[in-house]
Amino acid sequence: MIEKMKIAIASGKGGTGKTLISTNLFNALQKQNRNVTLVDCDAEEPNDREFIAGDLILSFDVTQQIPVIDESKCTYCGKCYDYCNYNAIFFLGEQRMIRVMEDLCHGCGACSVACEFGAITEKEDLLGTVSQYSISENCTLIEARMKVGVHSPVSTIKAAINATESNGIVILDAPPGTSCPFIQTVAQADYVVLVTEPTPFGLSDLKQSVEILKTLGKPCGVIVNRAGLGDLEVYNYLKQENIPLLMSIPFDREIASIYSNGGLLTNEDAEWEQKFNQLFTSIATEYGNSSN
Amino acid sequence: MEIAVISGKGGTGKSSISAAFATLQHNIVLADCDVDAANLYILFNPTHDEEKRFISGYKAVIDKDKCTNCGVCVDYCRFDAIDNKDGEIEINETSCDGCKLCSRICPEEAISMVQEDESRMYSGTFRNGKMVYGRLSPGEENSGRLVDIVRNKARKVAKENGIETIIIDGPPGIGCPVISTITGVDDVVIVTEPTLSGLHDLKRTLDVTTQFKNKTSVIINKSDLNTEMANTIETYCDEKNIAVIGRIPFDTLVVDAMVNCQSIIEWAPDAEISKLIKEIYVTILKTGKSTS
Repeated sequence: MIEKMKIAIASGKGGTGKTLISTNLFNALQKQNRNVTLVDCDAEEPNDREFIAGDLILSFDVTQQIPVIDESKCTYCGKCYDYCNYNAIFFLGEQRMIRVMEDLCHGCGACSVACEFGAITEKEDLLGTVSQYSISENCTLIEARMKVGVHSPVSTIKAAINATESNGIVILDAPPGTSCPFIQTVAQADYVVLVTEPTPFGLSDLKQSVEILKTLGKPCGVIVNRAGLGDLEVYNYLKQENIPLLMSIPFDREIASIYSNGGLLTNEDAEWEQKFNQLFTSIATEYGNSSN
Repeated sequence: MEIAVISGKGGTGKSSISAAFATLQHNIVLADCDVDAANLYILFNPTHDEEKRFISGYKAVIDKDKCTNCGVCVDYCRFDAIDNKDGEIEINETSCDGCKLCSRICPEEAISMVQEDESRMYSGTFRNGKMVYGRLSPGEENSGRLVDIVRNKARKVAKENGIETIIIDGPPGIGCPVISTITGVDDVVIVTEPTLSGLHDLKRTLDVTTQFKNKTSVIINKSDLNTEMANTIETYCDEKNIAVIGRIPFDTLVVDAMVNCQSIIEWAPDAEISKLIKEIYVTILKTGKSTS
């Protein structure tokens, strides 16, 4: 039986049910007394904690180093401006004017390297917070939470994933989309579960995600949520691409209602607990097959 | 007038509502700013009168013939993107932020920067006006800047064609692309859903719109899936002095419309839900005019 594995729950389209799957899979594995960690990597809008309660045991800030220019030492040579690849230094040489545009800075440190006059020092800039919650003896929730107004959640997500020390099962609840935050998350996973819905929008975003996972060489399977709505195109696509359908969740007002109140299907309904246990078995089997 | 439809949480129905707005009034400009997972072109199949390459960033590449594996670049990189693997230097493309510092400091000049130029902006005509949209190539960055390009083009198209209204379909989340989507628009409409996650994400989204001083209103979509939670959201908005301009019940007609590549207004113009959306749109236009 697989005891150690990183599973990312992802989707191109938002709102397909990533959090529903992540939290219920976590809960089912917790009930099996397994060693399991859930990492909420949707740092822009983290929600897992609405479903899973625990005690805060550790919290740390994620920061970057951003430049401070000492104008008494600055010679207005413009080298830092040339070195900055993010247009984060506003510079007018003739007017002897120089400013750091903090919102645009990525904290790469190039300007500090560029300055030959010791005019640039650095200060800490808050990007987000990582918090660790103890759920039960062997179960932990780690939340990445980006500070509102920050340009990118990537650093906070990376810090949260790096904070997992678990030797057990790790579930990564990924951010939506197919850009950097998504890639940073799935790149860390052994196996990726893509959650979709059977609509043209869902299918279009699913295809995009599958293409990236192929490039990254990550094995994946699919869960169709709100099955029964929409059309059958997604099933044809899965067959054609030979991608396993791991689970299907029907559109059901009862399920929607449990989720909307912050409840867990695996607590409310023994049948669903069974299905999520089965889901883990399917993932482990698929992963075993793919790595052979 | 520019109306931006955003949601914080994904999958609340933002794009379906944007599509409805875009077909209620003749001759509008529709800007799909969800460049990470653009979907509206699927419904509206616009012509591609103009296609523009977007350079989203740069990635570092090492010339192995020149590299002496001295490791200077490893020490300078702040994105943990360069590893020393058994004495051999390797760049991790996923983590590279494109700051160019390694290329600048390499004593052997072994590192060069390659452009990432797979992303596109498209502009054309659809059955109810003009449409501009962006498609960020998977894994590429800087979606905020692509959003800026889409919005600038949309304004230009509107001006050239004497069109007054621009409907913007925004991305999920609260990061850089969302900020680019709402900066300077006349009206921000947040589409939420009556779930605990929806409320949590709405709060964070309102933090952003407050910070950027946007005129903001809220639509509670799929409101009948949890009426109690819808009431909680409405009370919260009242306290914050944010207008809830409508509740839209869940209706499978919306999914049917999407499967048939139409907006709900086109698919079922006389349905109750279409009338509701029309009333909401009229409210937005009225309040928009009274303040501008």
